[in-house]
Amino acid sequence: MSEKKKGKAGIKELSPIDVYKLLPKTNCKECGEENCMAFATKIVNREVNVDQCTPLLKKENTKAYGELKEMLKPPVKEVIVGVGEKAVKLGGKLVMYRHEFTYFNPTALAIDVTDELTEEELLSRIKKTEQFSYEYIGYTLRLDMIAIRSTSGEPEKFKAAVKKVVEKTDLPLILCTFNATVAEAGLMAAPKSKPLLYAATVENWKDMAELALMYGCPLVVSAPNDLNGLVSLTKTLLAYGVQDLVLDPGTFANEGLADTLNNFTMLRRAACKSGEELAGFPLMGVPMTVWMDKGEVADEVMKWREAHLAAMLIVRFADVLVMHGDDGWSLLPNAVLRQNIYTDPRKPVAVEPGLKEFGSPDENSPVLFTTNFALTYYTVASDIENSKTKAYLIVVETEGSAVDSGVAGRKLTAEKVADAIKETGIENKVKHRKIIIPGKASRISGEIEELSGWKVHVGPRDSSEIPKYIIDKWQP
Amino acid sequence: MAEKKKKDEDRGINFSSDLLDLLAKFQEIELQDFEMEVANLELWLESGALPKQFTPQLKAAPSLRGRPAELLKTQFMAPIETYPGKIVEVKLGATKGEGGTRGGSVVIGGETSPAFYTFERPVVHPPVVTLDVFDMELPLSKAVKMHVKDVIGDPAAWAKLAVEKFGADMVTVHLISIDPLLKDATPKDAVKTVEEILQAVDVPLVIGGCGDPVKDTAVFAEITETFAGERFLISSLTQDMDVERCAKFVKKNGHVALSFTPMDLNLARELNRRLYDYLGKEDIIMDLTTAALGYGLDYAFTNMERARLAGLMGDEELAHPMSSGTTNAWAAREAWLKMAPEWEPRELRGPLWEVTTAFTLLLAGVDLFMMMHPAAVKTLKEITAQLISGKKADASKFADWVSVKP
Repeated sequence: MSEKKKGKAGIKELSPIDVYKLLPKTNCKECGEENCMAFATKIVNREVNVDQCTPLLKKENTKAYGELKEMLKPPVKEVIVGVGEKAVKLGGKLVMYRHEFTYFNPTALAIDVTDELTEEELLSRIKKTEQFSYEYIGYTLRLDMIAIRSTSGEPEKFKAAVKKVVEKTDLPLILCTFNATVAEAGLMAAPKSKPLLYAATVENWKDMAELALMYGCPLVVSAPNDLNGLVSLTKTLLAYGVQDLVLDPGTFANEGLADTLNNFTMLRRAACKSGEELAGFPLMGVPMTVWMDKGEVADEVMKWREAHLAAMLIVRFADVLVMHGDDGWSLLPNAVLRQNIYTDPRKPVAVEPGLKEFGSPDENSPVLFTTNFALTYYTVASDIENSKTKAYLIVVETEGSAVDSGVAGRKLTAEKVADAIKETGIENKVKHRKIIIPGKASRISGEIEELSGWKVHVGPRDSSEIPKYIIDKWQP
Repeated sequence: MAEKKKKDEDRGINFSSDLLDLLAKFQEIELQDFEMEVANLELWLESGALPKQFTPQLKAAPSLRGRPAELLKTQFMAPIETYPGKIVEVKLGATKGEGGTRGGSVVIGGETSPAFYTFERPVVHPPVVTLDVFDMELPLSKAVKMHVKDVIGDPAAWAKLAVEKFGADMVTVHLISIDPLLKDATPKDAVKTVEEILQAVDVPLVIGGCGDPVKDTAVFAEITETFAGERFLISSLTQDMDVERCAKFVKKNGHVALSFTPMDLNLARELNRRLYDYLGKEDIIMDLTTAALGYGLDYAFTNMERARLAGLMGDEELAHPMSSGTTNAWAAREAWLKMAPEWEPRELRGPLWEVTTAFTLLLAGVDLFMMMHPAAVKTLKEITAQLISGKKADASKFADWVSVKP
């Protein structure tokens, strides 16, 4: 077992002072911060990169720079796959649980193709993967990678397939084969794309290591349900000179599910809590293994099972997942889950209460209200904004509760709505006295009328219907 | 929304391969498959054709100085921990011998490791699912409605369907008709509904109120007393209710309290402390609020994960089993909305939304799931059964996924 290194695996213990001590203390502002202490604080919060300190990069500071890098090294190594804008970063985790700090580098989602697909099938799967796009509270959710599997086992076929894929997409690739000759043929077709090579095993590790070194690409280590084998391979490959590794402990559906989750959990805990460096690499999950048990079962059922296995692995520490099902309905929940789990928990749940205006509203424009729960607010705001409707939106302070839970938990009350109407000064901005309330707040509609003196119109239960509601129903 | 749904139904949009049917068919095939696998395995063993990784074809690389020529064997040390705390065990439902009328009771809690860390310790009590039954008509998403349309408005029939067809361990009676802003049904009416459900099914019950603190108190008082000894879960007790009065009638009549707080562990501790004056630890389950996937699930997940870890680390005020209103997943528009064709069918997207919400929270430590969609329930039950089965992975079977041709 490797010994626990100081500074690593202990983000909580790292203080800005520790970092400050190693900075040049010139307060030169070249990094854009007021002084070195402010820069040190941002480094600890991982908001800036050490390399932004230009004096630190000078020769005389090499030692301090090295120490700082070591101190800030995450317990799970960051491994980069691909080149250019679409390159993905895997791992780079500082903590085991997101509440201990925050997670970095959302689980990359790869869709598989094979070297035996017809050209038409291949292109259509790539196109579908590239075009996956969903707008969600200000983010665009996308898929990240293409995994090319050699089902033929023939080097020339694999090479041709990789070539076709590289021509069509700049998404990073995972080249999948246990045969080093096939792997080499694939790499020759993508020599500069820095694909992730899958996989080194107890049988082929030396050849795969040579290829990884020759092509400068990261390498997956595979030892199905054998953690001793996995760390032995990792140790060997590191000694061999391959530094960028990804670990695949195996993904087993059905009766193997417990082992799957256990392996992922043990590896991540060993890396983050025990300082085990041999476990300190990104983890790869392969939910598409469920398809190996397909039999006569309908495709929809396989996609369903693959999706919920992927969800569990996103929660349980997977840094990259290979999926076969490419339907929107089965991928969307995981695209959203991944975004949720990787949201910074240090960010506030709530937005500023007050009055927001959309599309220069006038004295006859409708007045609506919503809560100050960030997700509710952004959803409602984007629905109003996208429809180009002129409107006033009162954001009521609900301590970050959504509408339904706010009403249930008495965080959203008629008193609060009445107060917000007064405080925002909306009475001086519009001639009418009508407020459209969320459908899910209909229970308190009577009380709002009583307390505010405004006429209440119960609006739709979902904000996607607000624009239509305003067009159909609104009269000042 | 309701009208729109109605229209869809009238047009007869029926996802022809209803997932439940698919799953039902799948069940039969699964059994056949299993036998097939065994046969296959024997075949493999005989022919020695287990997925051999490959035969190295490259010439062995010249062993550069310092580069290992052989595998450097080492051991992985499983990171096993022990925890000072233990999650309280809570029993729901009472049989005849225990003073109730239920056919059986369920116990949740008792854990001494984080959720499903079975490398550390086995699961003590598997999570339990209680299915929603509403006592009056209400807007339901189409994906759910298609499975319960014949029983809406008949809570007893709905409960029977939930238990007998959908495999619910328990049933939640949502007494929404008591809401003063809806039907304002009386406590006596509510007692009658509960009585009907007790007659229809013999599983333990959760009694759900309408969210009005005064009305809920009145109805819970009547129900706990009328059905003393049944060990219902009273859902829920909140900070703005008369906590003393509620806790007393829950205790006196031998029921269990669901301590509900809005996503704040300090508030959860505070309410639990108030309850301790009247109730035993084993009479309290907590609900820390469930937000839907895409609509705050991250907060719910982290809150529950923190609570469970804190409980195991010795924070007794958080060492209670956790319940989740997983049905809230349907508050996400992506669960029910008709979207562009590339995201359809919603009949699958919707229940998968609930499943994804459930599994995320399953891994955070939830012990009791209040759920809605039968396919989501079925999946959760199957997966938890697999997780606690103690079976090992057949690694060789899944090792060669690279060359599989689905």
